[in-house]
Formats: sequence, structure tokens, C-alpha cells
Amino acid sequence: MPTSRSPIVSLHSGDHQSLSHSETPGAALEPRSVEESSVLDVFGSQWANIVLETGFSALNRGDLATELTVLAGDIADALLTDPFSDEAGFRTGVALVHTRLTDVVVLRKSSQLLSRLPRIIGRASPETAVRMSMLIGALGAGFAHALKEQTVHEQETIHSAVLAARGRAELALRASEERFRAVFEGAAIAVAICDVNGTFLDVNPVLANMVGEPTSAIRGRSVFDFVHPDDAIDMHREVFDKLARGEAGRAHVEKRFRRGNGEMGWTRLALSLVRSEDGSPDYLVAMGEDVTERHQLQHQLRHQALHDPLTGLPNRSLLYEKLDETFSRSRHDGRIGLLFLDLDGFKVINDRLGHGTGDRLLVEVADRLHATVTKRGHMVARIGGDEFVVLVSDSPGLDDLTVLADEILDTIKKPIKVDEHALPVNASIGIVERPIAGTEPAELMRAADSTMYWAKAEGKGRWRVYDEQRSEYELFLYRLESEMAGALDRGEFILNYQPLVGLEDGRIRGLEALIRWMHPEYGLLSPDKFIPKAEENGFILELGRWVLQQACMQGKAWQLSGAQPFVSVNVAMLQCTEGDLRADVLTALEHSGLAPEKLQLEITESAMMGGPMEPVAVLGDVVCEGVRVAIDDFGTGYSNWSALRRLPVHDLKLAGAFVEGLRPREGSLVEVDTRIVGTMISMAHALGLSVTAENVETQEQATRLRELGCDAGQGWLFAKPMSVLEVDKLLAANGRFDTGF
Amino acid sequence: MPRREWVPDSADTGRPSAARVYDYFLGGMHNFAADRANATAAAGVYPDLPRIMRANRSYLGRVVRYLVRAGIRQFLDLGSGIPTAGNVHELAHALQPRTRIVYVDIDPVAVAHSEALVHGDPRISVLQADVRQVESVLQAAESTLDFERPIGVLMVSLLHFIPENPGELIRAYLSRLDAGSYVALSHVSTEGPADQLAELVRLSGQTSTPLHLRPRTEIEQMISGLDLVEPGLVYLPQWHPDLPEDVGANPERANDYAAVIHKP
Ligand SMILES: C[S@@+](CC[C@H](N)C(=O)[O-])C[C@H]1O[C@@H](n2cnc3c(N)ncnc32)[C@H](O)[C@@H]1O
Repeated sequence: MPTSRSPIVSLHSGDHQSLSHSETPGAALEPRSVEESSVLDVFGSQWANIVLETGFSALNRGDLATELTVLAGDIADALLTDPFSDEAGFRTGVALVHTRLTDVVVLRKSSQLLSRLPRIIGRASPETAVRMSMLIGALGAGFAHALKEQTVHEQETIHSAVLAARGRAELALRASEERFRAVFEGAAIAVAICDVNGTFLDVNPVLANMVGEPTSAIRGRSVFDFVHPDDAIDMHREVFDKLARGEAGRAHVEKRFRRGNGEMGWTRLALSLVRSEDGSPDYLVAMGEDVTERHQLQHQLRHQALHDPLTGLPNRSLLYEKLDETFSRSRHDGRIGLLFLDLDGFKVINDRLGHGTGDRLLVEVADRLHATVTKRGHMVARIGGDEFVVLVSDSPGLDDLTVLADEILDTIKKPIKVDEHALPVNASIGIVERPIAGTEPAELMRAADSTMYWAKAEGKGRWRVYDEQRSEYELFLYRLESEMAGALDRGEFILNYQPLVGLEDGRIRGLEALIRWMHPEYGLLSPDKFIPKAEENGFILELGRWVLQQACMQGKAWQLSGAQPFVSVNVAMLQCTEGDLRADVLTALEHSGLAPEKLQLEITESAMMGGPMEPVAVLGDVVCEGVRVAIDDFGTGYSNWSALRRLPVHDLKLAGAFVEGLRPREGSLVEVDTRIVGTMISMAHALGLSVTAENVETQEQATRLRELGCDAGQGWLFAKPMSVLEVDKLLAANGRFDTGF
Repeated sequence: MPRREWVPDSADTGRPSAARVYDYFLGGMHNFAADRANATAAAGVYPDLPRIMRANRSYLGRVVRYLVRAGIRQFLDLGSGIPTAGNVHELAHALQPRTRIVYVDIDPVAVAHSEALVHGDPRISVLQADVRQVESVLQAAESTLDFERPIGVLMVSLLHFIPENPGELIRAYLSRLDAGSYVALSHVSTEGPADQLAELVRLSGQTSTPLHLRPRTEIEQMISGLDLVEPGLVYLPQWHPDLPEDVGANPERANDYAAVIHKP
């Protein structure tokens, strides 16, 4: 039996795939006959099929069959060759293993097949049977030998591969651990490793320094020994619970911590979870920065940004922040309230006593407000010069707010001692109180602000509650105001005329021009909707000029058609004081060609007599040009008769209230009123003035007025304000009213 | 700080590895008790498994020979495993000694073994990488392979270890190959006996590369729209058998699909 052989196939050299060996053992043989060869071919294929049932071969079926045919030939030769050698069997066993056919089933099936070889090649005999069994034995030995060798070899290679892989991994691990150690010790930030319950396993010098205790004193203690008690619950919730449950792998928090000396500091922490191989949370790595200084600075800056430096109260920004917070966080059915407070007459104090005094006053007011408001849990902010806002973020209802407003007015009313002055302070407060749902901060502030102005308008030193309708009306007026100028350009204004009727003869003496606005959206608007605003913003100057020209032109047109009445135009005080009324009138007369005596200007009694003297002077100028002047609404103002004497006036228009008194109704003192009106008429006549009664609605009033000597009347009894066309018709019909006589 | 004894997954000989289990099925001895136990258990629940493994390996051989004959002189073998009998470089070099090969596997032991085996052969390099890191794999392969010329990319018995969309992976590699390149793949399907396959998948969970078998429709989808070499997507034994009888009576029992994509 051969002792050692080189492997027939070097599986790893790759350059040699043959299984058979070129040297043939024993004596030289006759070449095989054709039949013998084809029998062996069949045997080889059969053999290949059988072994491929159970094993993998690097060779394909055809190649394997060829190789096995050669081996079968060698074995067949060995059966017949003398001296007998079992080497072919051994070699075959080795070859099987080397081609990867290492399963013992391959050996068994090959043995079974080979035992039939003598018969297949037609050489069955007791002798060949013995030789065959010896060859099969050698096959087994070769198989076992090669298998052992291959096993050892492959186990060796795989073991060294494992070692190489481990070595590499360990190198990497050691390198990473060294790197880690270096980072850990030398890091500029604090690093800690703790278990999932928060026990420090290791901390680096920076952390020790930050906390102010040696590393050895920190190791083994709980993170919570160092966390500020107020932050402990959050720390648990945001970090430990989450990470420990494996919900998140990372967390960032900013928390307060306690130093060894008891001081508090702030740290910003980045924590990450390290999992064990089975994926369960293992430990936490925390990296932290001491951000105490930044925090203090931030806190300070934030405070500065959100507080009024003078009074220390929250400022507008903080108020809005709190408002937003309230809106975003409150329950849906919550209510909110705002008190918008503005000191009355503060400007005067500032101007008279100086800013220093004003500031000290504000500080005292702020202190009082703060004391009153914060004890109820509300917030007060200073949002402007002398404007304060109280925010009631969880309002129980309007009543509580009005009570609070009263209390505030009371507290600030107690005179404030500033320098040598004891100053009483009043304020106007606008109150808004409503459900949070359906409103928003800016809207709320706007409402409170405008409500404060109502309180001011209604006399100051009081509070007012926001009224939706009123606000809407104001909005409407505001819109009109903004559209006025455009409306004039677009020709949306028109003039109506109301006859002034002579009570004696029923003839039309004059026609009062009354302005209307044909608003494209709101329809026909009466002057009370827009004239006050126009007077406020000065637009009245332009509008008044237009009315004058328009009325004069119309008056001229009527004159040309043969009518006698003058046109009467209302003039606002502003036109006398700010504008150049005289020039306006002259221009209008010139343009239209209307005779001055056919123009009458009406000005209210209060405008004429209440204020400075300019209107009087201006009117005097106008009267000099030949224009008539009437005092409108006479009797509602000061009715300064003595002044009347000196005024350039032709006519008094008796206010509607007096005419109303002439109308017999239950409980009215017709007699008294009649006497008053009668006196007024006599006095006017005594001063050389004619009298026109406004608002004449009944025949009875007209009769009385006429009896009392009133010259003219105006009102629905005769005619409502009419369009130019209607007036045209009336005049054409030689218009004369039935005055009941 | 706590210190943990750590070895890479597959260098932990107490835990089976896909590469070594496969080696065992091919009659190799590059395996440990845990691998053999896993393999025996798998063959126990799914008796066709050893046959499928062998069919897969011989498909690999046929593909390599086919591609070399088609003129391919460079191979990128993804998920190459342990270069046991019938490995790519031996097959290719037998026909064309100048063929260049890059072996890629995620298993550090398989990689260490491959390195030891091919050490010093300038035609071959071995990478330890996750094939899903397409960019880094391609970058590392560039020192051995010329991407301006056709390459045979082998994804044989790899894609059913990839839980993500393998279609995208195939296309990612394809997009970087020159015209005339090929991608060969095989993929075990879910069509076999459900219980046995479920158990097989469960057992594969002991390794660090568990199996993700897919139904035929998904395998079809993976390669839909790509040019396939005749006869297209077929059972392993049906793909260019050496001899007609190699197909056998029941090729579907291989339950493993094969296809070779050609980039026009
Ligand atoms: C069954 S072996 C296939 C070997 C060879 N391709 C064949 O078909 O004969 C599968 C190999 O894929 C490797 N593998 C699995 N997932 C991988 C991944 N994401 N990246 C690289 N190799 C991977 C395994 O480590 C294993 O060695």
C-alpha cells in the first residue's frame, strides 16, 4: 500500500482539473477493445450520475463521467494485472474527495457500483472478486486519507481565516478604544457614561471640573444627585424613559444641574443610547457643555427684550408672546379679557412739569397697576408712552373685568406725590372680553384700543366695554372716510334741495342745498354719515368748495329759467378758519354768474359764536360782497343775543326742537314753548333778522309759526329735499305752497 | 466603563454563518460545529436544500463559463462566500488566464479566507463590504477592474439575503457598467413547501444574514424591463444545462430562479 502521495488534483492551484493520474501502474497492457471501452464509458456515466445524486463536483457531469471512466479503466486494469496492486483503488478514493465528493454516501454508492465491475466487463471470477474487494478497501482507505487531509487543511485555513478576521477586528476595536479613551480624557466637553438607570459608570475630567467634584466621587452616583430637583421629572421623561424604552436613540436637552458647592448651572446635553448585541438598551453616553453663562446672558437679554426699562413691566413683545401662548394653549371653550388703559391728560403733565416728573408718575402708576393686577394672577404690560394693557388669560366673565377696571381706576386716582406735586391721575379703560375661539390677538388688541377711545370720547376717567355694533359702525365710517376723495372724483356726490317757504304767501324764497353720497355699495348716504369725518380730516374744504360751485351753478340755472329763490349752502367752520371762504365764494359766483344776493350761507350757531372770532370776520367779508348769511340750528347753543347784534347775519334758522314744541302732544307744554318761540322771533325781528323755522311737519305748526310772525318755514309739510328735476318741475309749475291761509 | 469582549459576528465560531453553511453543503470542511448543526437542521426540515445548493453552485460554474466564452474578462463577484470548489477564478482562469476578479463579501471570515487563498495573485482582489454600499464597492473595485469595459457582475445566491429592494440594487450596479456587461443572479423563491421554507428562514435567523425569500412575481418585477439572456428567468437547472439530461425531471424542485441580464 502506498504510503504517501501527492494530491492528484490541486484544488487551489486552478490550473489542473484532471482527476486521473498519468502514470499507470503495473505491467503494460494490451489496448482495450472497442467493446471494452464502450462498456467502461457507460459505467463511468452511471457512476457520475450516482455520485452527483449526493455530492457536488467542481466538474460538470460530462467531465466527471470522463474522469470516472478513466479511473474505472484503471481499476479494471488492476483486476487483471499481475502483480496485483490496489493502488488504483486508493487513488480513486483520493480523487473523489478532491473533487469535493466528500459525502460518505458517495463512497458507499461507488463501492456498490464498483463491486459489479468484474461482471460488467465480463471477467467475473473468484479471483477478480477478491481483487475487487481489495481495491474497494483501498478506495475506502484513499477516501478516508484524503478526507482527513482535506479536513485538516480546510479546518486550518478556516481557523486561520477566523483568527485573521478576529485579529483585524480586535485591532480595529483596540484602535477605536484607544481613540475613545483619548477623546474621553482629552475632550473639551464633558463626557459621561452611565447605565440606563442613570448611574455614572465613568466621567471625564471636564465633567468632574464642571460639577466641581473629583471623578472618583462622581462614579457610582446617580445622575439625579446632580440634576436640579425641578428638572428631575422632565429629565426622567425626556431622557431616561424614552431611551430606556428604546423609543429613541438620541436626546438633546438643556437642564439645570447642581455643583459641588451648591450653585446651580446650566448644561446642554446630547445623549445617545448604546445597545447590547441583542438590541436591548445597554448604557448611555452623555456629552455636555456648561452653558450657564450663556444662559444667564440669554436670560438677561431676554428679560431686557421683553420688559420696559422705565417701569420694569412686561413690554409689548412679552404681551404678544403671552397672548399667543394663551391662544395656542388654552382650552377651546376658554375666555380671554383685555383692559386697555390710557392715562387721561398725561401729555399735559409731561409738557407742564417735564419728562422727569412724567416718568416718575408713570413708574408709580405702573407699580400700583402691578400690585392690583398681579395679585389676581393677571399680567400688566406697558405698551407705549402712557398706555398699559392688562391681560386676563383665563377670564371668568365680563363682570370680573369691570370690577377690576373700577379697582384700577380707584387705585390710580389716589393722588400721586411726585416731587412737590400731588397729582391725581385718571385713566380711560377699554374692556374686551370674549371666548378665545373665533378671535385672535391682534384683533383683540384693536378692539380694546378702540374701546379705550370710546371711554375717552365719553368723558374720560371711566371704562367702556367693547360693543361689536358700534365697532362695526365705526369701521363703516372709517371706510367712508377713506373713500371720500375718490368719490368726489367719481361724481358720487349729489345735491338735493329743500325749499324754504314764505309763510305769508307760500312762495319759495330759497332752496337749501343738501349733500348726498350715492355710494355704489351702501346706496344713498345722508350727510351725517360722512360730513363729521370730512370736517375732522379737512376734506370738507374741498367738498365745500364743490358744493358752493355746484349750488351756485344750479341757482343761476334757475334764475335763468325765471325763478326768484336764492340757494342756501351750508358752510362748516373749518371752511371759515382754514380755507379761504371769501375766495371760494367769489370764485363760485364768478363761474356761475349768480348774483351774490341769490346766495345764502348757513353756518351753525356753535361754529359762529362758540369759538374764536375768525368765522365772524370771514363772514363779514362775504356779507360785504352781498351774500346772505343765516345762522343754522339757532337755539341749541349759547344763543348769545347780544353778540348777535354785532354779527353779519340776515336770518335765524330756528332749531327743529322749538318747532317740535309747537306740536300739541300729550303732556307737552305747548303754551310755554309757543311763548319762547314767539319771544325769539320778536327778538330776531328787533335785531332786523328774518326767522326761518326748520322741521315744519304739520299744518298746525305752520299756522302757529305764522301767527307768531315767523317769516319762513322748511320741512316735510312743504317738501322733502328734492332732486334738481323735481325742483325744476316745481318751479315750472310756478311753485307756491298752501300755507293754510 | 464597561468593556465587552467583541468579535465580528462571523468570527464568532459559535454562531453559524451563511458562507460556511453553504460550504458545508458543497462538501467543504471550512465550517464549524455550529455551521454544521445549522446546516443539518436546515436539511432536516427541507430535504431538497442540499440539492438546491449544489444546483446553485453548478449554475455559477455554467454562468462563469458562458460569460468567459461570451468575451467577459472581468468579474465582480458579489456575495462570493468561501471560495470553495468551483470558485469563480478557477473556472475563469481555466478558460482565460488573464481574467480579473474582485470578490466581495460582508463576512469577514469568508473574506480572510479568500485573501489567504488568492494572496499574491495580481488578477484577483478581495473586499470586505456590504454590497448595498454600491459606491464604496465600486470605488474599491476600480483598482482591479476597468469599468470602461464590460464586466460580469455575479449576484448568485445573494439577493435573497437583501431585505431591501434588490431591483434597485441591480439597477444601481447596472447603471455604472459599460455596455456589453452582464449581471447574473439566482434567487430562492417562496414557492416551495411553505412550512419547510418558513422553518428554513427561521434557521437562517441564527446567522447575521437572514434569508428574505420572495415570490416569483417579485423576482420578475426585480428585473422587469431589463434585457435577459435566453432563456430568461428559469429554474436553476434549466439555465444553459451542460447536458439536456442535467435538467432532470423536476427542475421546479430547485425552487431557485436564475437569470442573466445583459446590458445592451
Ligand atoms: C450562499 S453564499 C453565495 C456564494 C456564491 N455567490 C455562490 O452563489 O456560490 C451568500 C453570500 O452572500 C454574502 N452576503 C449576504 N449579504 C451580503 C451583503 N449585504 N453584502 C455582501 N455579502 C453578503 C454572505 O456572507 C454569503 O457569503
